Amino acid sequence: MKKNEITPLQTLTKDTGAKNQSPSVREPDTHASIREVHANEIEIVRLSDEELAKLHEKGRSDARRRAKVRTVREKIFVTLGVILAVVVAIFALMPIVLTILDSFMSTDEIKTNYSAVFNSLSSASSESKVYLSSTPKLKMIPDMVSFSQYKTLLFLSPTYLLKFWNSVALVVPIVFGQIMVACLASYSFSRYRRKRREVLFFSYVILMLMPFQVTLVPNYLIANKLNIYNTWWSIILPGVFSTFSVFLLTKYMRQIPSSYIEAAKLDGANEWQIFTRISLPMCKSAVFAMAILLFIDYWNMVEQPLILLEDASKQPLSVFLSQINASEVGIAFAASFIFMIPPLLIFLYGEQYLVEGISRSGIK
Amino acid sequence: MATNDFNADEIRKRKLRGKRRKSIREWFVFTGYLTPSLLGVLLFFFGPMLIVLVQSFQRSSTNTEFVGLKNYETVMNNQAFQSAAKNTLIFAGLAVPLAVLLSLFLALLLSSKIPGKSVFRSIMLNPMMVPVASIVLIWQVMFSYNGALNTYLGWFGVDKIDWMKSYWSRFVILILFLWKNLGYNMVLFISAIAAVPQEQLESAKMDGANAVKRFFSIKLPYLWPTIFFVGIMSLINSFKIFREVYLLSGDYPVDEIYMLQHFMNNMFSHLDNAKLTAAAIIMCIAMIIIVGILFIAEYRLGKDTEE
Repeated sequence: MKKNEITPLQTLTKDTGAKNQSPSVREPDTHASIREVHANEIEIVRLSDEELAKLHEKGRSDARRRAKVRTVREKIFVTLGVILAVVVAIFALMPIVLTILDSFMSTDEIKTNYSAVFNSLSSASSESKVYLSSTPKLKMIPDMVSFSQYKTLLFLSPTYLLKFWNSVALVVPIVFGQIMVACLASYSFSRYRRKRREVLFFSYVILMLMPFQVTLVPNYLIANKLNIYNTWWSIILPGVFSTFSVFLLTKYMRQIPSSYIEAAKLDGANEWQIFTRISLPMCKSAVFAMAILLFIDYWNMVEQPLILLEDASKQPLSVFLSQINASEVGIAFAASFIFMIPPLLIFLYGEQYLVEGISRSGIK
Repeated sequence: MATNDFNADEIRKRKLRGKRRKSIREWFVFTGYLTPSLLGVLLFFFGPMLIVLVQSFQRSSTNTEFVGLKNYETVMNNQAFQSAAKNTLIFAGLAVPLAVLLSLFLALLLSSKIPGKSVFRSIMLNPMMVPVASIVLIWQVMFSYNGALNTYLGWFGVDKIDWMKSYWSRFVILILFLWKNLGYNMVLFISAIAAVPQEQLESAKMDGANAVKRFFSIKLPYLWPTIFFVGIMSLINSFKIFREVYLLSGDYPVDEIYMLQHFMNNMFSHLDNAKLTAAAIIMCIAMIIIVGILFIAEYRLGKDTEE
């Protein structure tokens, strides 16, 4: 039995063998004719061993030279790439570093350095052109490190601190609320996929794509109807139900292999257990990334408070910082720095999550 | 035999009923998870959007007389709306392609063999985290008429340019936009490039395809979905440029950077409900059309690459 069995490999070699055999019958003829032709036209060169070795050596050195050229070219590319990356990095980092360094300048120093800039801001544009002689430069290092402007900011002018707390009070509930609501909703969207649900999900996506210019009008109307206009609720509630994170988290949860969920089901887990023990832990990094993205976005908000909050006392620091005038320039840099500390700390702590979260959100 | 048939039938029926009962239970469970979000979205977005639609056909919020498309006509013929729409579109038309191309280029750079990639990535991602309000002071120092940039240009004999109050302002906000958004887009592209199958690149390299050819014939087809995604995200973000413009130039900037949000803010402060609602509906429709075109384009391109 075993001897008669033919493995695929054997058949293959047999086939090729058969194919080779037929032309090999004619082979001597053709070769002979070719040799004849060549003998007439070309003088056959016999190389001595030395010459052969020389030729080999030449070929080898050619290859070496080519490899050298390649490595040199690669090195040039890498150097150019690094230079380019450094330039972009400086462009990215410069404004941040300058703000931080300048925040340690005393009020007087800022005024002498940048007064031309901010005087022209507060006065009409035609008047500003009077200051032709002044030539402000970006100043990297303060003449003297001063903390007096921080003292003024933190202890003597409560408005800034108040606005800072306004920002915190607006952003924290939105981030936590939206994440909770979105986790539940995206679990539902990822597990229950009927046609009508997909249509609903698509309308969520459309809503996510709508710019503030569109969504603020309904927000304004409903805030008036619910009597929450000019309170923080008018910003917090639409923020909590914004669909951006539902979209991204659903995308994530749909990437969880269904075998995990089937296995859990076989073990007798109910939906809540699947949700809390499998889906949530598996998209932990996405949830963190989402929280970071939401935090930046709402920490940064300008449009909503401008329209939904009338009282200046309720507005967050992001809007208030734009309203500084020439007399307050001294502490404005310090205030700017303090305002960027929370997101920068979050970035330092959560960069890994953020990068992973962003990366995976792009893959379909 | 008969009893057997009956039994099989009964079992089939029971199974079907069980399935139906199970699917109804599933519906209830998953709708339960969705309920908080759905209620909120209906209450704060979809519901009021219907009211907006209704009000856009009424004379004003107090006088509910039906006026047809009159509000839409007034808005469309409004000079301020026209220039705001034009500016916003021009800005998006410049900013979105530039943001996609430049971030793709940076991602390719950081995917090549240069040292210190992760450091560069962190640094380039950093601007995304910085609130606009914090950085606006430095931009003012840079770009105001008596600012640093003019001083530096003056060294080379260039006349002073009023950056924020001339047509240059478009260029300035473009720079600010790119500064803020390139990092995020770049991270998206880096991960997409890393997902390109390595074997194909290697075999193309063996066949002697150079870097440019490898990019266009192998990497690009894999990158289309990401390019599309980055384009849409950039489009959304390009509408947020209002923040920079507002914080730099206030309620009434120079004509070139008068954005749709400025127009809306004006309408809000005048409590002009008719125009406000009509403008919102117009923008909503425009947005749906733009996104629809993008979706169709992506679908077509996706089909091409599959073939």
